Amino acid sequence: MQPEKPIVIRKEVVRRGSADEFLKGLWRENPVFVQVLGMCPVLAVTNSAINALTMGLATAFVLLLSNLLVSCLRHYIPPQVRIATFILIIATFVTVVDYLIQAISLEIHKSLGAFISLIVVNCLILGRAEAFASRNSIGRSLLDALGMGAGFTFALLCMGGVREILGGGTLFGVALFADNYQPWVVMILPSGGFFTLGAWLLLFNRIKQRQQRKQPRLQARLQEMGSEQ
Amino acid sequence: MNDLRKTLEISTSPHIASGRSVEDIMRNVVWALLPATAFAIYAFGIGALLTLSVATLTCVATEHLLCRGGGRRSTVGDWSAVVTGLLYGLTLPPGLPLWMVVGGGVVALALGKYLFGGLGYNAFNPALVGRAFLQAAFPAAMTTWTPALAPERFQVLPSSTLTLPFMTPDYSLTAADGVTGATPLALMKFDQQPTGTYDLAFGFTGGSMGETCGVLILLGGIWLVARKMMNWRIPAAIFGTVIILSALFNGLDPARYPGPWFTLFSGGLMLGAVFMATDMVASPMTSLGVVIYGIVIGALIIVIRFWGGMPEGVMYAILLGNALSPHIDALTQPRVFGYKSGLKSERYHEDYRQ
Repeated sequence: MQPEKPIVIRKEVVRRGSADEFLKGLWRENPVFVQVLGMCPVLAVTNSAINALTMGLATAFVLLLSNLLVSCLRHYIPPQVRIATFILIIATFVTVVDYLIQAISLEIHKSLGAFISLIVVNCLILGRAEAFASRNSIGRSLLDALGMGAGFTFALLCMGGVREILGGGTLFGVALFADNYQPWVVMILPSGGFFTLGAWLLLFNRIKQRQQRKQPRLQARLQEMGSEQ
Repeated sequence: MNDLRKTLEISTSPHIASGRSVEDIMRNVVWALLPATAFAIYAFGIGALLTLSVATLTCVATEHLLCRGGGRRSTVGDWSAVVTGLLYGLTLPPGLPLWMVVGGGVVALALGKYLFGGLGYNAFNPALVGRAFLQAAFPAAMTTWTPALAPERFQVLPSSTLTLPFMTPDYSLTAADGVTGATPLALMKFDQQPTGTYDLAFGFTGGSMGETCGVLILLGGIWLVARKMMNWRIPAAIFGTVIILSALFNGLDPARYPGPWFTLFSGGLMLGAVFMATDMVASPMTSLGVVIYGIVIGALIIVIRFWGGMPEGVMYAILLGNALSPHIDALTQPRVFGYKSGLKSERYHEDYRQ
């Protein structure tokens, strides 16, 4: 028995407010703690807060400009070669940021090493270009990039801060404890990156679970109040 | 049909219970560890007593609190946390600050055992996970050895033991009454200075608290084997591999590579082979697999000790062996009755993937 009419699934277009477009990257769709994207820089360069901040800002910069350009050119990029085009655009801005960091501080450039060039293959940036900038207006793409960039920087700072405080007793190079503080060397080593990421993910998932548990109760309460009125 | 359902009870294997419980075995492991523990306290004084108690209490308390926090029934009663805590304590250097002992103990139980799902699910020996974490976090403190049989060991604690949390331990006071000594392994590796077999076997040397007296550890192991609570094939395979390989290399270059007796009784080999590698959860289950596992661990110990940068490699060798054991199990499944040998491995792997 076939239904006479084909079933049409209605696509609901949810228009988000511009503030929400920015905020979603910071919290609800945080690129590191929720989407778990771009793990290579998250684990590799967060051994100190300054490295984490530089990497976060560099990624945010590339994300912003590549989202802008991709969004501008979205009607002109042929879909068959879109990935190659995105990568070309991203690589251009990575080269810019590479020279920029080199000009500002050679020391940080050295300590970040190959990871600056590797921003090209950061799946967060390609992901935003493909999933968002190539389908949305310039303004929304910019807001999205700002939010995602800020969320990524925030996450890297969370990682780098904890690892530097425990692993060296300092934050941004400023000593926090007395002279005979015993550093936890493991936190600066790669394994410390995994420990810290695991702990943060645990914390964020816990908070999210709490919120989700509260939400149905809240909605039920609102409905109750609505029916009373 | 109804009658059948009543009389025929269908359940999955195993159908024959051995009558032995986890508590029973774990309690016996604790008894088997007691001689080595007593010697540790005799050789390193009240510092060792304090450190071992703190290590054991930390592990038991962590397990209890985690179970409670996760809303489960506390599994402290099965004695496995006591075994982990005591073993973990015995692998630590005497004079390690107590706050590090507590930190490593929490990591051992939380990261090494609870996160995997508790007893029976831990992929690695929890005691060694705790020790490996400390080794990576505080490499200096974990390789500073206060000497054994110091004259005032029953009157004063080592100055480093009571270091305030998060502070660097101070070894100066300990160094005053008897220089912080090197272990026989470090002496051999860096100074080519061998230690006598008698001193090594009876534990009159520096080292981790529980690893020095090989004879007493062996005694505990023999008791467990006699009560059929330990798989003798694992230590036998490790000892065999180590003896053969070290005899071979010692024959080639006696100045550089130590002989079999030194290798056997120095460092944590005896403690690791008898009590750590035999961890029932983290070792393979098949008879052939167990032998392969022992040979792999023995060979890794030799490789790390002879050619690695560190003097000791038992901990990493056993942890690597633990990581391999599910794969060893998968490779050494016995032929299922009624199946051809060629087919069984594919069939097993299909089951294994599900």
